Amino acid sequence: MKIYVPMDSAAKALGADAVAEAIVAEAARRGINVELVRNGTRGMIWLEPLVELDAGEGRKAFGPVTVDDVPALLDGTLAGLGPVEDIPFFARQTRLTFARCGVIDPLDLADYQAHGGLGGLRRALAMTGEEIIAEVTDSGLRGRGGAGFPTGIKWNTVLGAVADQKYIVCNADEGDSGTFADRMIMEGDPFTLIEGMAIAGIGVGATRGYVYLRSEYPDAIKVMNAAVRIARENAVLGADVLGSGKAFDMEIRVGAGAYVCGEETSLLNSLEGKRGVVRAKPPLPALEGFLGKPTVVNNVISLATVPVIFEKGAAHYAAFGLGRSKGTMPIQIAGNVKFGGLFETAFGMPLGTLVNDVAGGTATGRPVKAVQVGGPLGAYMPSSKFDTPFGYEEFDGQGGLIGHAGIVVFDDTADMLGMARFAMEFCAVESCGKCTPCRIGSVRGVETIDRIARGDADAIPILTDLCETMKDGSLCALGGFTPFPVMSALTHFPDDFATTKEAAE
Amino acid sequence: MLPILHAIQAAFGHVPSTALGLIADALNVTKAEVHGVISFYHDFRETPAGRHVVKICRAEACQSVGATGLAAETLAKLGVDWHETTANGAVTVEPVYCLGLCACGPAVMVDDKVVGRVDEARMNALLAEAGA
Ligand SMILES: Cc1cc2nc3c(=O)[nH]c(=O)nc-3n(C[C@H](O)[C@H](O)[C@H](O)COP(=O)(O)O)c2cc1C
Ligand code: SF4
Ligand code: FES
Ligand code: FES
Repeated sequence: MKIYVPMDSAAKALGADAVAEAIVAEAARRGINVELVRNGTRGMIWLEPLVELDAGEGRKAFGPVTVDDVPALLDGTLAGLGPVEDIPFFARQTRLTFARCGVIDPLDLADYQAHGGLGGLRRALAMTGEEIIAEVTDSGLRGRGGAGFPTGIKWNTVLGAVADQKYIVCNADEGDSGTFADRMIMEGDPFTLIEGMAIAGIGVGATRGYVYLRSEYPDAIKVMNAAVRIARENAVLGADVLGSGKAFDMEIRVGAGAYVCGEETSLLNSLEGKRGVVRAKPPLPALEGFLGKPTVVNNVISLATVPVIFEKGAAHYAAFGLGRSKGTMPIQIAGNVKFGGLFETAFGMPLGTLVNDVAGGTATGRPVKAVQVGGPLGAYMPSSKFDTPFGYEEFDGQGGLIGHAGIVVFDDTADMLGMARFAMEFCAVESCGKCTPCRIGSVRGVETIDRIARGDADAIPILTDLCETMKDGSLCALGGFTPFPVMSALTHFPDDFATTKEAAE
Repeated sequence: MLPILHAIQAAFGHVPSTALGLIADALNVTKAEVHGVISFYHDFRETPAGRHVVKICRAEACQSVGATGLAAETLAKLGVDWHETTANGAVTVEPVYCLGLCACGPAVMVDDKVVGRVDEARMNALLAEAGA
């Protein structure tokens, strides 16, 4: 009998380690032979720890499983969920990037290859750099870190740059609240990221790579380090990648708890061991990046999507999606929701379908008040905008952004003035300090919102002006986009800024 | 420099001021530069922490499920503010902005161990275990 218990941090945070131990102990007590696999998560967090049991007739899911459920699980009397693929939340997804996550043993390279792994890299190794970049360009892949910049164009710039050394840097700083796709793929299918980085390196002529991984993810750091070691032992990395004669190797570097280090130039400074201050652009990192050399900086999901593009072909990937948002997006459904987790789907699903249908509304059962999409710099969307299709241009047109595709749902008890204040406070805490509007403006922002809370209506236009100044006078999106959550809260939920005033009067 | 600072902090629980000169010499930079790097990042501390560090997520997804109240109650119960250590030296409480557990908040990390859906009872159990 084979039993799968996820080792994903979200599953662990909900007790998966204790369940795994109980299964081993109970099996030993009964003298039955159980092969325990610690897989990644299938992404349905409300069902974690989600245990799968295969007694020879395919994998059957159970969840959430507690330690007390273990005897019944082994007796075959525990009520189950059937095959994961039949659970509605899972059945309606299109899993390309996350196809293997939760299915395989994350650190079993043979299992990885049995599920299509390394097929993309093998194909890329037979191509020229130009052909590799053309494939990425044709797939329509855009940066999943937030800005949505076309990945093929970025790679082409690095390919065209002449230098003795080029680098691939993976941005695994994932600081946005409501996002965990990077973490899940690193913990659940780390070889995908390694393969994607190797294809990038072979494509642009870079022989070294770094993953800048946030320190808040100790489990992901362990898995990625182990995966790099295994990849190196099996010549997936090294001087002779899969016997091609081409070199690519990489290492994991750990961040130190600064949100701004997710910004690519700040990240490069941090990787160089300096303060993570944002650099002015130009020069682009693609031309003068890590240690001044041409560097591809891409998000984890951008890079982890490259293998499936090469395995199935650019046309297959580009056939999914909507308009200029091609392919699929691993959407992270978070906050006050009934069904939270990772939902990979083609671009184009309306926000309201995601919130009310897929996520099942709020966990508290109360009405949805607001949805923050795209992390702490994303706008709060009211339910009147729920028909907006999930796509880069579509959200932009509604004064929002999809960012790294985190969706955070709030019920009607949310205090939007408080959320606006938090956005300013977060900017003040995390500012790199380079621009006055960001460093000082955010502190003034907190004070101004406190004045509004005390009933001073004159402070409202001051807040609006301050947001304009921050938008115009900030070098990066931390200072420049903090006005999005603040102004959207003020515009769409004016009552939260007015009732406190009346109460005070 | 970050790998060195992480290693020192892992060994000593903080980056002692006596280490600054050594790092500066080894990397051929000034002590002021080393200090500048340490002070930029939230992770590094120049004074020792308690025996356990409890990080409570303050970010939006956790707020939507009650993290703000949980944090306030916890700080009040321990009689500390953010970044402070309990009088018995057992626990330092730090804010953290997202642990990637946003579908099972409120999220907390005790040293390197993650815990999801933390309510008052669960927090009390964690604090008791940590000796606070
Ligand atoms: C304040 C700030 C924080 C950011 N944080 C991240 C992050 O955590 N992860 C990420 O991939 N990109 C982040 N970005 C975007 C990066 O600057 C950059 O656009 C991205 O890494 C490029 O990769 P992509 O093209 O694959 O998206 C951030 C940007 C800003 C301004
Ligand atoms: S906007 Fe803020 S975080 Fe960005 S460069 Fe300016 S000061 Fe630094
Ligand atoms: S760019 Fe210098 S103050 Fe903003
Ligand atoms: S917002 Fe708390 S874990 Fe992400």
